[in-house]
Amino acid sequence: MLTTLPFKIIFTLAWRNLWRNHRRTLIMLAAITVGVWAMIFMTALMRGMVDDMLDNGIRNLPGEVQINHPQYRDDPNINNSITMPDSQLRQALQNSNISAWTSRVRVPAVISSERDNRGVTLIGINPANEARIGFDPGSIIEGRFLGDANDNGLIIGAKMLERLETRLGKRVVIMSQDPDNNIAERGFRVIGIYKAKLASLEENTVYAGIETLQKLLKLDDKISQIAITGDNYRHIKSWYEPLRIAAGDNLQVLPWYETDTYLGSMLAMMDGFVLVWIIVIFLTLSFGLVNTLVMAVFERIREIGLMQALGMRPSMILYQILTESFLLLVIGLILGNALAVISIIPLQDGIDISSVAKGMEMMGTSSILYPALKLNDMLLASIIVIFLGLLTSILPAWHAASFDPVEALGKD
Amino acid sequence: MSSITCKHLYKTFQQGDETITGLDDVSIRIDKGDFVCLSGPSGSGKTTLLNAMGGLDSPDSGQIFIGDIELNKLSKGQLADMRLAHIGFVFQSYNLIPVLSARENVEFIMQVSGMPEKERTERSYKILKEVGLQGMENRLPSQLSGGQQQRVAVARAIVSQPALILADEPTANLDSITSGQLMGLFVELNLRHNITFVIATHDVHVMKYAKRLVKMQDGRIISDETQLPIKTE
Repeated sequence: MLTTLPFKIIFTLAWRNLWRNHRRTLIMLAAITVGVWAMIFMTALMRGMVDDMLDNGIRNLPGEVQINHPQYRDDPNINNSITMPDSQLRQALQNSNISAWTSRVRVPAVISSERDNRGVTLIGINPANEARIGFDPGSIIEGRFLGDANDNGLIIGAKMLERLETRLGKRVVIMSQDPDNNIAERGFRVIGIYKAKLASLEENTVYAGIETLQKLLKLDDKISQIAITGDNYRHIKSWYEPLRIAAGDNLQVLPWYETDTYLGSMLAMMDGFVLVWIIVIFLTLSFGLVNTLVMAVFERIREIGLMQALGMRPSMILYQILTESFLLLVIGLILGNALAVISIIPLQDGIDISSVAKGMEMMGTSSILYPALKLNDMLLASIIVIFLGLLTSILPAWHAASFDPVEALGKD
Repeated sequence: MSSITCKHLYKTFQQGDETITGLDDVSIRIDKGDFVCLSGPSGSGKTTLLNAMGGLDSPDSGQIFIGDIELNKLSKGQLADMRLAHIGFVFQSYNLIPVLSARENVEFIMQVSGMPEKERTERSYKILKEVGLQGMENRLPSQLSGGQQQRVAVARAIVSQPALILADEPTANLDSITSGQLMGLFVELNLRHNITFVIATHDVHVMKYAKRLVKMQDGRIISDETQLPIKTE
């Protein structure tokens, strides 16, 4: 009784049979290669778009985790402020996976120029820390960024500047409420104008030094929120939980996907979409694959009958056909992956999609699309192609293995 | 494996609306070391009986024993194992695997049965030399003549020294000289290694080499005679 499979002969037969009809094999290989390339290339583009959307979104929140007063999200009024982090929380913020954190004052306010006034979100920031999490100093298109937390200047968006019909260097008045519900107002000089990836941000958010605002709003050292960021928005669990415990019950600690559930759902939707995309492309490929194998089997019915007559078990015939399919898939995967890498590398500096950027902006993406080639996506595509490829090959392989040797030997 | 015993074999085939009788109450015993020729016109049941003896086809009723093993009770896989271990097949034509060289074709059975590479290589070179194909070991079947291909098939059938060789019209596509050489080889193997041969043929020249001549007609055995085979060189 045969106990082990003769892999060498199965592999030899599979490999040589694969190249028996060069043209058919090459056409099928081309189809698999292009299919795998399409899976990975399109996934990289979509990932790039969603990564950009999430990066922008998280930067605008800002932070991958936020600590607020438990009522702040429902009512962002000045009375729902929190104190600066205590020693226990500061220790948790020293976690090696946390790359930066900052404290902010964030209140609703009214900004008035000589010609117009508008409701805005007034944010007090510590410029040095903020630059690592939220506001990007590189987005200043005119003027300068805040020098320190006591800076008396104001940074406003280019669109807001347009609406207020003011300009760099002019004074504007900010008006809000202090904790006693008294009006707190003061004049600020516009020291910087920024351009944001999201038009909505540019239109309704202004930045000032955090200590300047604390004085204006009589907050002492109180703040509205602490924003924290790590190395990767996908992997925050390792530091989010310790932070939540250290913050205690009097503070609300929320990850980005709960702070902005739309962003959170984008990530899950993207992962699901990638899977569906890969499977849809594979399904179109599978017809060609099955057809190739069926043709290969029908062309050598007599030969399969002969091998059975000589003592090859049906299971070995099955493995032989599956090995043929496996080899075809593996070669196609190697070529497809290589083609995807080669075609994505030159695009690492970004693809200018400014012609459609207006529409894309609504979704929170910028006008330059950076394809994000991820090893996980390549592995996922490869595993799905191999797994489903072998699954669809079982039918022709099973068919070949169940030939009646006498009938098969009688075929021309 | 000692002998082959067939008891009351019946087999019919359906061809359109017509039922064709392949085997009609065939009973025969073939002892170890026998050299049997099954003769008869086309459709007489020679190949059907040969296929049944080799476990390639199963009769509608009746029993086939190879030694003590009843073939009807074996699964497809077990039948394949039995053929691999005990039976060598030689078919009429096109019986080589086209993607394997002459040597690889000869090694096929040994490789499937898991024989070490060194041993099977030695055996294949030796047997190919014996059948007169030295120097052609690495040729593909398409690069060999019909006679050479048939000799490779014979080499493959005998290389693992099976107890039984079943040959279906082995000389059908060969010229008379090659045919004589092949039959001489069969006789030599029969005498030297006591290998049992059952050959289905309607070639009267082939029948002369047999120790026993079984004539078939319409699926029945009509005569079973022992004879004095012609002498080979």
